Amino acid sequence: MLDEKTVRHVAKLARISLTDEEVAKFTPQLSQVLDYVEILKEVDTKDVPETSQVTGLKDVFQKDEIERSSVSREELLACSELPVDSKQVRVMPAIK
Amino acid sequence: MSELNKLTIREAHEGLVAKKFSSTDLTTACFAEIKKKDKDINAFITLDEEGAMKSAAEVDAKIAKGEKIPVLAGVPAGIKDLINTRGVRTTCASPFLKDFVPPYDATVIERLKENGLVMLGKTNLDEFACGSSTEHSFFGVTKNPHDLTRVAGGSSGGSAAATASDMCFYALGTDTGGSIRQPASLCGTYGMKVTYGRVSRSGVTAMASSWDTVGTFGKTPEDIGFVLQAIAGRDVKDSTTPDVAVPDYSKFLTQDVKGLKIGLPKEYFEEGVEKETADTVKAAVAKLEKMGAKVIDVSLPSTKYALAVYYVTMPAELSANLERFDGIRFGKKPKNEPDNLVDYYFAARGEGFSQEIKRRIMIGTYVLSAGYYDAYYKKGLRVRTVIIQDFAKAFEKVDVLIAPVSPFPAFKIGELVDNPLAMYMADALTIPVNAAGLPSLACPAGKSAGGLPIGLQIIAPQFQEGLCLRVGAMVK
Repeated sequence: MLDEKTVRHVAKLARISLTDEEVAKFTPQLSQVLDYVEILKEVDTKDVPETSQVTGLKDVFQKDEIERSSVSREELLACSELPVDSKQVRVMPAIK
Repeated sequence: MSELNKLTIREAHEGLVAKKFSSTDLTTACFAEIKKKDKDINAFITLDEEGAMKSAAEVDAKIAKGEKIPVLAGVPAGIKDLINTRGVRTTCASPFLKDFVPPYDATVIERLKENGLVMLGKTNLDEFACGSSTEHSFFGVTKNPHDLTRVAGGSSGGSAAATASDMCFYALGTDTGGSIRQPASLCGTYGMKVTYGRVSRSGVTAMASSWDTVGTFGKTPEDIGFVLQAIAGRDVKDSTTPDVAVPDYSKFLTQDVKGLKIGLPKEYFEEGVEKETADTVKAAVAKLEKMGAKVIDVSLPSTKYALAVYYVTMPAELSANLERFDGIRFGKKPKNEPDNLVDYYFAARGEGFSQEIKRRIMIGTYVLSAGYYDAYYKKGLRVRTVIIQDFAKAFEKVDVLIAPVSPFPAFKIGELVDNPLAMYMADALTIPVNAAGLPSLACPAGKSAGGLPIGLQIIAPQFQEGLCLRVGAMVK
């Protein structure tokens, strides 16, 4: 069902670099899973609503108050392996 | 003071209060057991002996001063390495986070610390909780304490193996499609998957947000109740936790099962489920019937579609959740840093994720992409509704459902690792419960002829964890 070209395209959409070996391995494996889920077509879901939340909660609001974080800026910046500059993580240029 | 690590939480607490032994003694006993066994089992990714001994000494000081201590205080635990622990490395068993030290605690950790947590260390899992065997861990597979050539199950395999082999008194895990119950069943211990939203997930790395739950492993249903009492309830940091009162779980454990209606869903005993597993679960149910429970045959016709619903919607949610792993704010940067940002993302994610994660992100990205969204994702959400309706109909007739957890006992290491679909089948009987957000307690039910544990699960309506514990306490 899936071909290698599609697998490479999906990997591009997902921002993941794949080796040629991975593409060759994943193509049949992903096809197998997608073929399997075709079983869902057997179920009549006309007039059945979609479920994305199972306990019925809707529109949960919080008080519009700023709470001080227990974590300092320095601690958060220390999580990055990239250089820190002017209290921010410095990334490489976005445009080549 | 040998064998202290084999006590239950209740026994440990009573001994601490009576000053028969100290929390330091309990903690020392656990580390001795870990040193003896964990070279073979590999339940822990990271140990924090210094931190644990310090926490134990604090509890001991309180006891010495005559202060009243919570039941969990000073009783050592393992924590699944998907749950953030301030100052202690939290890897999610991924190469991406192999050196990540969180600057804050998950809400469940904060709550356990208020209850005198002694954390022995962080337990092994499949990378980002994606798997049923811990074979997808960057830190190697966790072996089954009953047979070291077999898997402990997953994804919370480390927590299950550590609890089952008395390396800790209890251990936290997470259950998105069966990741607490399946390893509990394979290792022969108790594991509680809670109602969706019962326990806060703040500070726990998200896998599939409409499915994820945090729960616990324990040596008895009573011990599970003690842990649940401490961690359950509303948390403003996780808006999916409803304001539903947390009952006193100990009250459920003194009730019997007389007159209780137990449903046996026939689809959970059919093809694909080993006969020995089905028979063992039925024999355990027959004992409950002798104690006065009524056993009623029920049907959940949509059961066979749950796995497909899961493998459409879970990867979709996972692929969105794991977008945050870009190697910038946290996580490993790629070995050779590209000179522009887009290539940096490709390289960081290509190197940082192992193959199972890549597979799932790809499925998720595919089913959410233009042209496939309605056919896969929306369809999956609709069939999920059908599964929920099936459970609702069953609960009109019965109080709880009892079924096998895993279709088969622990499988051999390497047996399923290169056949993703066959591995996914290991969760066919646990996933429907997650689809409906129900609580379910995995309990040991017996052993196979080969000596491997076989488990059953007690499934109850939403927020009826107490009922699961009540029935679980009667399963012998």
